[in-house]
Parts: sequence; C-alpha cells; structure tokens
Amino acid sequence: MREPRQETVTRLACDGSGPTGGHLACRGCGGVLAMQMAARVLGPNCVFVIPAGCMAVIDGPFPLSSLQAPLLHIAFEAAASAAAGVRAGLDARGKHDTTVVAWAGDGATFDIGFGAVSAAADRNDNVLYVCYDNEAYMNTGIQQSGATPAGAWTTTTPRANPKPTPKKDMLAIMTAHRIPYFASATPAFPDDYLAKLERARDTRGFRFLHVFTPCPPGQRFEEQNTVRVARKAVTSRVFPLVEVAGGKALTVFDAGEPTPVREYVRLQGRFSHLDDGEVERFAAEVDARWRWLIDWAERESDE
Amino acid sequence: MNAASERVAITGNQALAHAVRLARTEVIAAYPITPQTSVVEEIAGFCADGLMNARFIQTESEHSSMSACIGASMTGARAFTATSSQGLALMHEMLHWATGARTPVVLGEVNRSLAAPWTILTDQSDSMAQRDTGWMQFYAGSNQEVFDSTLLAFKVAEQALLPAMVVLDAFVLSHCVEGVELPPQPLIDEFLPRREAEISLDPDDPHAFGGMMFPDSFMEQRYKIQRAMETAGGMIVEHAAAWHELTGRELKPLHEYRVEDAEIVALCLGTAYGSFCAAVDELRGRGVRAGAVRMWQYRPFPARPLREIIPAGAPLAVVDRAVSFGHGGPVAGEAKAALDGHAPVCGFVAGLGGREILPETAAGIFHALLENTAEPDRINWVEVRE
Repeated sequence: MREPRQETVTRLACDGSGPTGGHLACRGCGGVLAMQMAARVLGPNCVFVIPAGCMAVIDGPFPLSSLQAPLLHIAFEAAASAAAGVRAGLDARGKHDTTVVAWAGDGATFDIGFGAVSAAADRNDNVLYVCYDNEAYMNTGIQQSGATPAGAWTTTTPRANPKPTPKKDMLAIMTAHRIPYFASATPAFPDDYLAKLERARDTRGFRFLHVFTPCPPGQRFEEQNTVRVARKAVTSRVFPLVEVAGGKALTVFDAGEPTPVREYVRLQGRFSHLDDGEVERFAAEVDARWRWLIDWAERESDE
Repeated sequence: MNAASERVAITGNQALAHAVRLARTEVIAAYPITPQTSVVEEIAGFCADGLMNARFIQTESEHSSMSACIGASMTGARAFTATSSQGLALMHEMLHWATGARTPVVLGEVNRSLAAPWTILTDQSDSMAQRDTGWMQFYAGSNQEVFDSTLLAFKVAEQALLPAMVVLDAFVLSHCVEGVELPPQPLIDEFLPRREAEISLDPDDPHAFGGMMFPDSFMEQRYKIQRAMETAGGMIVEHAAAWHELTGRELKPLHEYRVEDAEIVALCLGTAYGSFCAAVDELRGRGVRAGAVRMWQYRPFPARPLREIIPAGAPLAVVDRAVSFGHGGPVAGEAKAALDGHAPVCGFVAGLGGREILPETAAGIFHALLENTAEPDRINWVEVRE
C-alpha cells in the first residue's frame, strides 16, 4: 500500500476554497474529507452547485457557509442542469476561467438526478461533476440508492431482505457517454485523488469524478475507520480506482496484492448479517468485475 | 408606432422568440413540447444564425430547463425558457425554487390542458395550477401583446427579483399569424438595458444561496416575496407607461370593453375576450347594457383595479378555462373575494381542452346572468353535457 508523498502533504496545507472549521459534517465523514481536498485543488475561482444531500447541510445553515467559494444550493435532481446553467451564464459574462463544480451524492447522481447528469454529459457541458458516493441516502437516514451494493443493510433494505441487486456501474455508464474525463478516486489515496482532481480541473468539457467517501453512521463503522474502510475498498478491488481520459486509455490504480474482500466487509455493520458463504459470493463478484475491468483496460491500450 | 419599427406577420410563438432575441437574452434552456416547440426552434435558429449572442441549452426535461435558467440567472445573466402543460407541471418544483432564489427568469407558457386524457389543445389549467408558485403571470390577448408582455416581463422581473410568466393560448395565438410591430433594437435597449445583478455567483464576492434557513428567518424570506409581489404591481404600471411612451401600445392589468355603464359584465383571460366583445355588441344592439373585461395581469392579482372597473352592483360572470376541482374556477374565487360587498360574482367554467368559446357561448353566459339562472355558489358549467 502506498503512503502519501511529502508533496501531497504540502499541497494539502495550502489555502483553498474551504470548507472552514465549523462545518456540520459528522465525525469521520468521508464526504467532507473529499471536499476539503477538492476545494484546495480547485482554489477560489470556482462556483459550487450542491443539491439536496449531506453536503447541503454540512456547508452550514443561512447565513453561514463553510466553503470559501460561491455556492448555489439546488433541488435534489437538479445539480447537473443548474451547473450547466451556471456555466452558460458565466460564459455569457466572459468568465470562462471560473470552474463550475456540481457536487452531488450518490442518490442525487445514480437515481433522482440521473437523467440530468446524462444530458450534461451528452452536451459535454464544461462542468466538473463530482459524485461523493457513500452508497445510500445517508442524509435522510440510510435508505438504499442505486449505489448501494448487493447484500447491504439499509433502513429500506432490512437485514431480512437486504438489497438484492448490485451497485450501478457508474464507470461503464459514464464512459459510455464518451466524456473527456472520468475517474474514480477516494481521499484515502490522496496522491491519486489529488492528481485526478488536477487533471479534471484542467480538462475542458464534462468531467466526472466518482469519489468513494465512506460514512460511519450509514455504513455502520467506528468513525476512526473511514480511511481504513476506503483503503480496504480499494485494496480488495471492491472499488477500483480508474481513470479514463479522452474516452480511451483506461488506467487502473495498482494497489498491489489484493486484500481479502472479507476484511472490507467485516469492517462494516451494514454487512454483519452476511454469512461466510454470502461474503464469498460477494468476493466472487468483485473478482469477476475486476477481471472484466483489467480485460477492458488491456483492450483499450491495445487499440 | 415607432417610425423605425418593422411590421411583420408572425405567430404568437414567433412573437415570443423575437422578444427574447430583442431582449438580448443571454441563456435559453428548453425542452420541446407541443405547442411550444416553434418558440425554441425559432430561438435556436436565431442563435445558430448569429442573430442572437446567447447560449442555447437543450435539456432532457423541463425540470432541467428551469434548473438551468435558475443557475444562469444566479450568475447575473438574463435567462428564458418556454413550455406548456405537462412541461410546466414537471417544472413545478423549480418554479418555486426560482421564486425562492429570487431569480428573474422569464417563461413563455403556451396554455395547453393537462392529461389524462391526452390533449394538446388550449385551456388555462396548466398555468392556473402554478398560481401559488410566486411567479408573475401575464395572459396575452394578441400576438403583439405576447411580444410586448415579454419585454415588460423581463423589465419588471429584474427589478422586483421575481420570475415572470407570459401566457398565451395554444394554437389560437401560438400558431396563428397576426401583424406584429417589432421595435428597433436601440429602442428595446433603452427600455431594457443589460441586466446588472446586485448579487450573483461571483468568486470575487462569494456567497452561499439557498442554504438551510431556520424558523427565525424563513418566514421573513416569504414575507419579502409577498412584498416584492405587491411592489411589482406598481412597477408594472410604471414600466407599462414607459413602454407606451416608446411604442404607443398599452399594457394594463385589465382591459375593458363598454363596461362603464354596464348592468352585466363578463370577465375572462386570453383570446376568449373577442367572443365576449362580440356578444356585448350583439346584446347592446338589443338594448342590454353588457360589458366585458379581460384580465392580462393575473399575478400579482389586480384586486383594486377590478373594484374600480366593475360598476357597483353589476353582476359579474367570471369565466375560467380551468377548474380547481372540489371548489370552482380559480379566477372566480379570487374575483369574488376582491369584489365582496361591491358586486355579485358568478363563476363559469368554459372552453376546457380546446373547446371553442364562440360569441354564442359568451352570449349564453350573459343570458344566464340576465335571466338569473346562474348560481353564485357553485360552478356554472357552460355548454356541458350531463
């Protein structure tokens, strides 16, 4: 496993666009960790568009805001469209160098705002879309979303009837839109995440960052384990870190020898009802998807 | 007519598009729906041909159109969309958002009935269902008025920081050709200069807009919207006077026909007015002093002008092309409240789903008033089969 480099630490220490202390995130929030790093990379010359979800609350209630950049709160399904409008308005006023960032959770992205995300990708709007994914509707109290993995407990998929279907494949969905830049990342691997943020920032057109941000209360683990859970997700290949630039050249982050999926699963209470056989089936699906991914990456690099 | 004006034969939808062009609108976001499509086709053409320097965004839904307009408007740009019927209903959530965010978006709304069952023809049930969203609503009576109302809508919206809807009857206006005067660009620029927003999404002056508001301030925010609506009434009068000065054309909350000495009056919105005016002439030819009123400004509701126009004690038929099921016509209820103690009001519902309101239909409504067969406490359905 790689450790953050010194230059990463230096980059994280420089000023950015927030959030400042006083934000309302839960202890151990993966989402706010992702936001802190993103805001530092993006700097002050950006506009955030944030739909309903944890981050809409985390930023702070009127008249407070912990972000140091302008922020437009918008309805749940409207982040991508509102961001497209902000982009058009800024362009109309000659502010082409301002980065427009839609920052939306998995519910807003995988489910209710899905059509709008697809349309913005289709138009290749010059917008950076960040989906911070904690794999359920955590802000409303842990209901399943299209990003919830099979077998997971949520309040609407109780232990007696856990989610039967797998997580939507956002990598396949977004890259099928042939957007200029797609990457999956997690703040638990800051070098990789920061580099991807920089490339996303410096690319024009529709850029999609899929950021895995574990949620201690929602996924049922101790708040000191956020980074551990995210790292296990990557090292066990449950959440591969991938980059697709220019619609081709798929690269997969090499996290070394895989760690057992079981270790990732057993860190989280939302999987505590799964017996060993079910965990093995989970692992088999992770393995199958990993092989598909590597096969795809090799095909892409051959072309 | 201004000497430099151009007189063209165009549809209501084209009149809307030309107004958006001459307003130098900066962002247009829209999704197609019959009978609105020709508005945005025309605008897309203007943008493609370089006749407009605007960003045209075709969205995947009307909900997204309004979301994009809100985003654009928050940057300080001038934003427009157009829709009808199902599209307006799908926008509903964001209509509230536009008001709460105080974005002066202008919307061209081509009145079409709501399904089920399917129909593409006109009535006002779609726009009336949005009356509580905090949007100003102007119902046009002609293609010229579609054009004029759109310029005024931008002007008032940007001053009051309230969104505004210009409403026109499907097909009767949207697809019928009339002569329309298009004033020259410098005249429009004088009336409606580039928008200068006091506060916007500006990285040099960052603010958060629309975040969580608690009970200690939420109600004040709502109060300010209502105050803005009340203030907008005066702005409409003021800017309509300026428009009249520039073009010689009048925009006013209520248009009246032979009402001053009337013993019975009918009130409607939109193009049905022509039928009521014809019926007034016919009745007056037979010695009955009838009058007609057309409500152009529905929000803010023109209660005071209504009291001033309707002769005291003269029975008023309010003709709604919409029903608030379980109650009555939306305009009738509001007119009744506005005229309480001034004149008796009977509510009629007519012309739903594109059914014509002909002069005979209008005459039948007047006769019901005259012969005292209209009931004040229930909906009087016009020409409906039991």
